[in-house]
Amino acid sequence: MTASGAEAIATGRALHPGRGAGVALPIGPLSFWGGVDWKDGRIIDGHHERHGTTVAGRVLVMPHGRGSSSAAVVLAETVRNGAGPVAVVTRSTDLILLVGAMAAVELYGISCPILELEHDAFERLAALGEIPLVVECEGEVGYVHSPASTAIVAPEM
Amino acid sequence: MSADLALTDAEQSMLSGDDGPAIALAMRMVTGVARATRAPRLLEITGAHIDSVVYYGQAGLDFGERMVELGGRVRVPTTLNIGLIDLLHPELSQFDAATTDAARRQMQAYVTLGGRPTFTCAPYQLAFQRPGLGEQVAWAESNAIVFCNSVLGARTNRYGDFIDISAAITGRVPDAGLHRTENRRARVVFDVSALSAALLASDVLYPVLGLIVGSETGEDIPVIVGLSPRTHEDRLKAIGAAAASSGAVALFHAVGSTPEAPTLEAALQGGAPDRTVVVSADRLRSARDSLGTAGAGAALQAVCVGTPHASRDELRRILAALDGARVRTPLYVNTARDILSELDPTGEAAALRAAGVVIVTDTCTYVTPLIREIRGLVMTSSAKWAYYGPGNVGVDVAFGGLEECVASAIAGEVVRDDGIWR
Repeated sequence: MTASGAEAIATGRALHPGRGAGVALPIGPLSFWGGVDWKDGRIIDGHHERHGTTVAGRVLVMPHGRGSSSAAVVLAETVRNGAGPVAVVTRSTDLILLVGAMAAVELYGISCPILELEHDAFERLAALGEIPLVVECEGEVGYVHSPASTAIVAPEM
Repeated sequence: MSADLALTDAEQSMLSGDDGPAIALAMRMVTGVARATRAPRLLEITGAHIDSVVYYGQAGLDFGERMVELGGRVRVPTTLNIGLIDLLHPELSQFDAATTDAARRQMQAYVTLGGRPTFTCAPYQLAFQRPGLGEQVAWAESNAIVFCNSVLGARTNRYGDFIDISAAITGRVPDAGLHRTENRRARVVFDVSALSAALLASDVLYPVLGLIVGSETGEDIPVIVGLSPRTHEDRLKAIGAAAASSGAVALFHAVGSTPEAPTLEAALQGGAPDRTVVVSADRLRSARDSLGTAGAGAALQAVCVGTPHASRDELRRILAALDGARVRTPLYVNTARDILSELDPTGEAAALRAAGVVIVTDTCTYVTPLIREIRGLVMTSSAKWAYYGPGNVGVDVAFGGLEECVASAIAGEVVRDDGIWR
């Protein structure tokens, strides 16, 4: 895997390593605990603007999580069930989601990368809407690509 | 690993697996969070309180049992938060056999790791879990975190699932956030000095005040001015639990009552506040109404108190308010098994049960579906229960003081003095 900033849509701080590809789901703050059904990834928080949408297989583009620290166990449980997001892009450091992602790798070997963007870069990405994205996080740095540009830089994959 | 985080030789050994695979796994979790928070180093802790005990799906159980398999053991005195079921009164909870088994296994895993089987969300009410001013600890469970920081003056961040037990197994936390003095400075002043003496003297004020403090401050640190000096610990507990439900408050100061706020200047660490909120009776009344609008005379299906777990004083207040009467509506009270065991030899526990009170330990009526299924209107003295109960167990809520809750249970309908909020 050759991560590169040259053709990236956004570049930020890698909080948790890994690679995930899926359609972006830009949403407002959501608590996984009480807000997401861990069996199928559906948003069950009745107050959330995307109530009924599933996070499964999506690149979650969310400024930060909300509420209870038990969100960590629910994120790990959705990942275990194949019902979790394939990557999370945030605007501020969300330790609860980080801990859930770390536990998912330790227990199940499934990585859900977490990328933190600066305010403006995050807003630009969120404004692109529900488009296919690839998130790659390695070491200290992470990138968001469109699937086409990733295919060009990493043809061996 | 980030070059910014400096580990001691001992910590490096833990990370590299020299001290066994459980410690290595726990250290990967702790250093992962340290890197994310840009902590320069780790701190040694003197105790921990673990919330990972409650079963919310297979991943939580898997983590606890993985730590057991790897030979994990807590390195510091550790208490355990509530589980999903009441182990002492298993007949109260209504889950299928598979969930009951998983809930039990998860609670057992944390006991095997060395946690003390307290199964309470209010460990600070137990003599052996009262860290002192300035002590570094790792606590989970939002109400316990805010009490620990605010009322005890010990220092913890908002730890939760997976990281709480990792801190207990390594005896380390990242040196960041509320572990550092400069991050404990109050930013927002809440002035309650305009409230009536009657309201300030009433227990029902404190959870409602906490709701306002939580929703107005978000993640900032509030300081309250205008409360009586040395406000009772149960009242401070109610403020904190509510503020941690409506907001992300992990520390509040109350001038004259909490140890880092002998004066307003001390709580502000000599700085100026970002803003001041004057709390009016009107604002309190609308916050109270947001917890449920059912008023006096409404028929009740149940009364649930003890969220956070009732203290000795609160249990004795319930007994005094009963005054020999028997409840018409079921009255559930959550408390710690260690507190119940103190009220057993005195006959007080038996007197509560004789009056029809159902004592629940090890869990909380807002997460466990009770055997006598509750539908309809439930009265509570807890802003936290009122906040989460409707979503978790699907009921409507009436809110009142502890004595009002007892009077309502006796009457079978809401008994409430609304005059006090004027």
